[in-house]
Amino acid sequence: MKNIWHFFLGTIVLISKGSKGYYCWVLFLLSLMTIGAFAYAQQLNEGLIVTNMRDQVSWGFYISNFTFLVGVAAAAVLLVIPAYVYHWKPIKEIAVLGELLAVSAIVMCMMFVTMDIGHPERFWHLIPKIGLLNFPQSLLAWDVVVLNTYLAINLTVAVYILYNKYYKREPNKNITTPLLLLSIPSAISIHTVTAFLYNGLGARPFWNSSILVPRFLASAFCSGPAFMILIFFLVRKYTKFKIEDEAIQKVAEIIAYAIFINLLLLGAELFKEYYTATIHLDSFRYLFQGLHGHSALVPWIWTAMIFNVTAFVLFLNPATRRNNVTLVMGCILVFIGVYIEKGMGLVIPGFIPDVLHEIYEYAPTGIELLLAMGVWATGLFVFTMLLRVAIPIMNGDFHVADDGVGSYIGDQLFLVQQPDAVISESEPVI
Amino acid sequence: MSDTKKCDDHVLHKSRRKMLKGMAAGIGLIAMPGRDASASIWEEFFQKNFRELSKDELKAVIARLEKDYSKQYAKQITVKTTPPIEGVRYGYGLDLSRCIGCRRCVYACVKENNQSRSPQIHWIRVMQLNKEKGIDLSHAEHYYNPATVPEKGHFYMPVQCQQCEKPPCTKVCPVQATWKEQDGIVVVDYNWCIGCRYCMAACPYGARHFNWAKPSVPANDINPNTHYLGNRPRPKGVVEKCTFCIQRTREQPGRYPACEEICPVGARKFGNLLDPESEIRYLIENKRVFIFKEELNTQPKFYYFYAT
Ligand code: SF4
Ligand code: SF4
Repeated sequence: MKNIWHFFLGTIVLISKGSKGYYCWVLFLLSLMTIGAFAYAQQLNEGLIVTNMRDQVSWGFYISNFTFLVGVAAAAVLLVIPAYVYHWKPIKEIAVLGELLAVSAIVMCMMFVTMDIGHPERFWHLIPKIGLLNFPQSLLAWDVVVLNTYLAINLTVAVYILYNKYYKREPNKNITTPLLLLSIPSAISIHTVTAFLYNGLGARPFWNSSILVPRFLASAFCSGPAFMILIFFLVRKYTKFKIEDEAIQKVAEIIAYAIFINLLLLGAELFKEYYTATIHLDSFRYLFQGLHGHSALVPWIWTAMIFNVTAFVLFLNPATRRNNVTLVMGCILVFIGVYIEKGMGLVIPGFIPDVLHEIYEYAPTGIELLLAMGVWATGLFVFTMLLRVAIPIMNGDFHVADDGVGSYIGDQLFLVQQPDAVISESEPVI
Repeated sequence: MSDTKKCDDHVLHKSRRKMLKGMAAGIGLIAMPGRDASASIWEEFFQKNFRELSKDELKAVIARLEKDYSKQYAKQITVKTTPPIEGVRYGYGLDLSRCIGCRRCVYACVKENNQSRSPQIHWIRVMQLNKEKGIDLSHAEHYYNPATVPEKGHFYMPVQCQQCEKPPCTKVCPVQATWKEQDGIVVVDYNWCIGCRYCMAACPYGARHFNWAKPSVPANDINPNTHYLGNRPRPKGVVEKCTFCIQRTREQPGRYPACEEICPVGARKFGNLLDPESEIRYLIENKRVFIFKEELNTQPKFYYFYAT
C-alpha cells in the first residue's frame, strides 16, 4: 500500500515536469478543455436545444464521435495479438501504448455519451442493483457493460505492467496473460455491441443490415492503428522511446488489409441497395447523392471515399508504405476518412429520411463543435499524462530510487526533439 | 533553465485557476437548476423507478410533485396514479376515408396533455398523402397548410403512438424507464428517463418526442387533471409520448381520449379490445383494416381502416 502511494506521488512529480513544448501542449489542451466546459455548462443550463438535434434527427455529432472512438479503442487489440499471442518482440515493447490509447479513447467515448444524454445526473440508473440496468434486453445496457469492462481490463493491465517495471520487477505472467487474452474478445465485443446497437433497429433500414458489424470492425482496424502509427512517429521523434521500423511496418500492413475489407464491404452494401433500389435506398441516396435537394453530407462522404481509396493505394504499394512521409500521409487520410464514414456518415443517414420520411437536415451547432473539441482535448490530455508516466518508465528513466522508497526521475524533459534530448540526458536530477 | 521553468509554472497555475473557475461555474449550474432549489431536488434525485416505489414512497412522491407543480403554475394540480383496469386492453381505430386533415386532434391533444407550446411538441402528426400514390410516405406532406381542408386529390393519415404489443422502444431503453402496462399503454417515467433517446431511434412511427428545452405551458392553459405516467408537467431532457390519454381512459366510468372526442367527422374510434361487444372489435371484424408497417412485427393496437 505504501509502495503504491509513493509510486503515485512520483507520477505527480513527474507529470508536473517537462520541456517548454510539453507545457505549451498541456496548456493548449487545458484551454480547449475550459472552453468545452463552458459550452457544456451552457448546454446543461438550456438543454439540448443548443444543439441542432431534433426529434427527426435525435442523435448527432456527439454520438457520431462516440461511434468512431469506440473503433479507435478497439484497435489496441491489433497490438496485443502480435505481441502476446505470437510473442513478436518489436511490438511487445510498444503494446502498452496501444492499451493506453484504448483507455483514453474509452474515456472520450464515455464523455461523449454523457454529453449527449438529457439527464447525466441520473447516470446511477444504469448501475446494476442500485439503478435498473435493462440487461440483457437493451443493447445500450450491453454497451455500458462491455465498455466498462474493456476500460477496466486495459487500465489494469497497463498500470500493472508499468507499476512492476517501476519497481524493477517482472510482471507476474499469471496475472497479465489472462487479462491480455481477455482483452482480445472484449475489444471485439465493444465494437460488435456498438454496431448491434444500431443494427438491431428494424425502424432504421440504413442500419438494419447484417453487414454492419463486419464493416464496423474493418473500419476500426483502419482508424485505430493509423492513429497508433502517428503516435509512434511522434513518440519516436519527441521522446527517447525507441520504436522499431519493423513494428510500424507490421501495423501498416494490417491497415492495408483492413482498408481493403472495409471498401469491399461498403461496395457490397452499395451494390445491394442500388441494384434492388427499394425505398430503403433513400438514406444512401441522401448520403452519396443528396435527396430532394438536401445534400449536406455529400461533399463529406466523397471526401472520405477519396481519402480512403488514396490511403489504400499508399498502404498497398510497398514503396509508399515503407516511405515514412507517404506512410504518415496515408495514416492521416484514412483516419479522417473513417472519421467521416463511421461518424456522421453512419449516424445521420439513419435518421434521414426519418421514419415518416420527413427530411430534416442536421449540422452541428457551434456549441456542439466546441463541446466535442473539449472532449477530444480531454482525451488527448489523458493520453499525454499516461504517456508522460509510461514512456519514462519503459525507458528506465522513472523508477524506484535506490532507497526503495522515493522515486528516481531521469527524464526531466518530456517532448523534446530528439537531438536536444541527448544533451539534457547527461544531467539527471533526482 | 530555472527562470523559464518558473515562468512555465506560473502559466500552468494561471490556467489551472481558469479551469477551476470554469469547473465551479459548471458545477454550480448542475447543482442549482432554477432558483427555487430546495430539499426536493435531492428527493427527486434519489427517487426510485415508478414500478419499484412502495405505497408510502409513492404517496410521498405524488405529494411532492403536486406541491411543486401547484406552486409552479399557481393552481391546484392533481397527479393521479390510477392503475390499469382488469380485463381491459385499449385499441384505437382510425377511419382514413373520413379524416379531413383538420388537425383538431393535434391541438386537442396538446391542450389535454400539457405538451410544450414552445418549443412545440405534438404527439400526433397528420400527413397529407396523394390519392394517386396511396400510402407512400416519400410523397407525404407533413407541413401542409392550405386555407381549407381537405384538399382535392389528397387524403390524410394521422400518426401517433401505436401502443405496440411488441414495442421496440421499451426493449431498447437501457434503464427500463419506459414499459408497456397491463392495459397495453406504453408509458414513460419522466423521473427515471435519462434522456438517451435510444427509444426514439427504435420507434418506427416517430411517436416519441424529446424535451430539447424546458417545456413551456402557460399557467392558464395547463390541464390540472394529470396522471403520473401521462400528462403531468415534464422536465427538460426526457422523452414523452401519447398514452391514449391515460388520465381519462383509466377513469371509471372512462372517458374517451381527447383526440377521439374532438374529431369533427368521427374518424376516430376507441375501445376495449377484450370486450367482444365493443365498437373497436366490430370495426376490426367487419371493415378493411390494416396496421402501419406491419412488416416490422411491432403489432400496433392502432388500426387504420376504410369505412367506405
Ligand atoms: S409506436 Fe413507437 S412509441 Fe409507441 S409503442 Fe410503438 S414503438 Fe413505442
Ligand atoms: S430516452 Fe429515456 S425512455 Fe428513451 S430509452 Fe433513453 S432512458 Fe429510456
